[in-house]
Amino acid sequence: MTSPSSDPPRTLVLEAGRADLQYWRDLWRYRELFLILAWRDVAVRYKQTVIGLAWAFIRPFMTMVVFTVVFGKIAKLPTEGAAPYAVMVFAGLLPWTLFASILNDASTSIVGSFSLISKVYFPRLIVPLSTVLVAVIDFLVSLVILAGLMLWYGVVPGWQILLLPVFVMLTLVCSIGPALWAAAVLVKYRDFRFIVPFVTQIGLYISPVGFSGKIVPEQWSLLYSLNPMVGIIDGFRWCILGGSSPIDGPGFALGMGVIVVLLWWGIRSFRRSERAFADLI
Amino acid sequence: MSDVVIRSDKIGKKFRIGHRTADQGSFREAMLRGPRNLLRGAVDLIQGRSVVAGDSVEEFWALKDVDFAIRRGEAVGVIGRNGAGKTTLLKILSRIIEPTEGRLEITGRVASLLEVGTGFHPELSGRENIFLNGAILGMSRAEVRRRFEEIVDFSGVEKFIDTPVKRYSVGMHARLAFAVAAHLEAEIMVIDEVLAVGDSEFQARCLDRMSEVANAGRTVLFVSHNLAAVMALTKRALVFNAGHLFFDGPTEAAVSHYSASLSKGSSDRNWGRGRNATLVSATVVDADDRPDHRVDNAVRFVVDACSPDGIPYNFKQSAGQGTLAMRLGTPLRFAALPAPDPG
Repeated sequence: MTSPSSDPPRTLVLEAGRADLQYWRDLWRYRELFLILAWRDVAVRYKQTVIGLAWAFIRPFMTMVVFTVVFGKIAKLPTEGAAPYAVMVFAGLLPWTLFASILNDASTSIVGSFSLISKVYFPRLIVPLSTVLVAVIDFLVSLVILAGLMLWYGVVPGWQILLLPVFVMLTLVCSIGPALWAAAVLVKYRDFRFIVPFVTQIGLYISPVGFSGKIVPEQWSLLYSLNPMVGIIDGFRWCILGGSSPIDGPGFALGMGVIVVLLWWGIRSFRRSERAFADLI
Repeated sequence: MSDVVIRSDKIGKKFRIGHRTADQGSFREAMLRGPRNLLRGAVDLIQGRSVVAGDSVEEFWALKDVDFAIRRGEAVGVIGRNGAGKTTLLKILSRIIEPTEGRLEITGRVASLLEVGTGFHPELSGRENIFLNGAILGMSRAEVRRRFEEIVDFSGVEKFIDTPVKRYSVGMHARLAFAVAAHLEAEIMVIDEVLAVGDSEFQARCLDRMSEVANAGRTVLFVSHNLAAVMALTKRALVFNAGHLFFDGPTEAAVSHYSASLSKGSSDRNWGRGRNATLVSATVVDADDRPDHRVDNAVRFVVDACSPDGIPYNFKQSAGQGTLAMRLGTPLRFAALPAPDPG
């Protein structure tokens, strides 16, 4: 009588190893579940905490302060153009935090939703994707901090800031691939529960988050761009700091190529192992 | 063909299970086990298999060669002992797990209730959980909103609807959960053991609701150990035994087959003189064979006259009262009885 049940009955064939042609259609049909799972995670997140939503402000802010002091004041690394070091760090921290929280949350999401997966059918992609939405909400909170910082330091963004949403989308695409892959293998091999946090921790220091990507020597920069977050962080800085932080063309293109491959690989491996989740979990 | 909504063709499901070997006493054995299991884990990893704990791995068929067809609007019971493969079948039907072999065709939307309250979050209020659980079971938000009053009414927890569910009693939790599930609408309903919730009054309400669903022309698959409920709700039943479909036919006959397999000498299902049998339900008839009263649980006879050796051994005789009573479902020794119709 409503949208899901008003569809004409279709015959579904279940067989071992059969690729499900209706999968993407199902995914669309279950879009409300996607929203409601994301809403649940957000609603539950700050229950029984004293300062609640303030945690969403405090964590990124403190990280920025530490990085500014360690890299900018103690190690005396150069900033980009004339931009204040704090703003430069925060512009890099934004996409990195988004990437890392998606990777962390999405990779454990399937195992964490054990009770759902073993009792109800729905396209399993919904579970990791709903954690993406939660991370985006945290990201939006961090944008408010960025606005405050820019106001404090008197940084006026150029027209480039209008392209920021494009780079946010790129960050999402870049995180979803590895996150889906990690979520799928974590169901089988729980070793990845320890590997993923390790990777995001290391990644924070080998990606140009606390420092400018421009300090990497010229001959290594293309190799460095194989890390897809390099291009994305450069893009964020270009949007936020304007002309004082140009994007490296070939490096950026290389990073985008890596992102596309990772996304394809992530979706493929997730779809392949998805049908066995309930058996393995 | 058009009328068949579920067709199962040689469905089978295999699991891998691990065992610990018996000789684990010696120090040497314990030292060897670690590297050996690590090696096996590595081989599993390379071959893309899952890691199974234990010293040896065995393959185990939870279901094998299961064939059946269910027509639109049929209510079918599924019975069998623990571990007979009932839940595995329901999980395959609900698309939670994939069959290892065989082919299954399903026409129409399947709503599966393998437990009540799937996905309830303890921190959220009853109201919020209704929407969450509804979405998980496949209802749209508009659908839940439209039936919200009905759901709350049915659950009887309207006073606590804005209290976090973690503060609910077990019974309240179960009632709210069943209330959401009871208002689910789908062409095919797959229901597993969800009746065992709440007090007896609420259980009766659940049963009423389920028979409403079954009578509303929807296809229902109903798994339960409550034989009386299976008989009240369904006309046909599938009996599973050790992963095989053991009997498919009228519920009454299925239940007696099942009960026969439950009793000690489960190998002899051939009723007859001197054999064990189990009375599961009975209809008391009058002198003209007109049914008078149906019993599903226990029978009591008021005996006027009886020779002592004519009483089936497990009928309890209340002292001096002239009353014989027995619980149905317990083995019964008959003097003579015709073999049952195989259905």
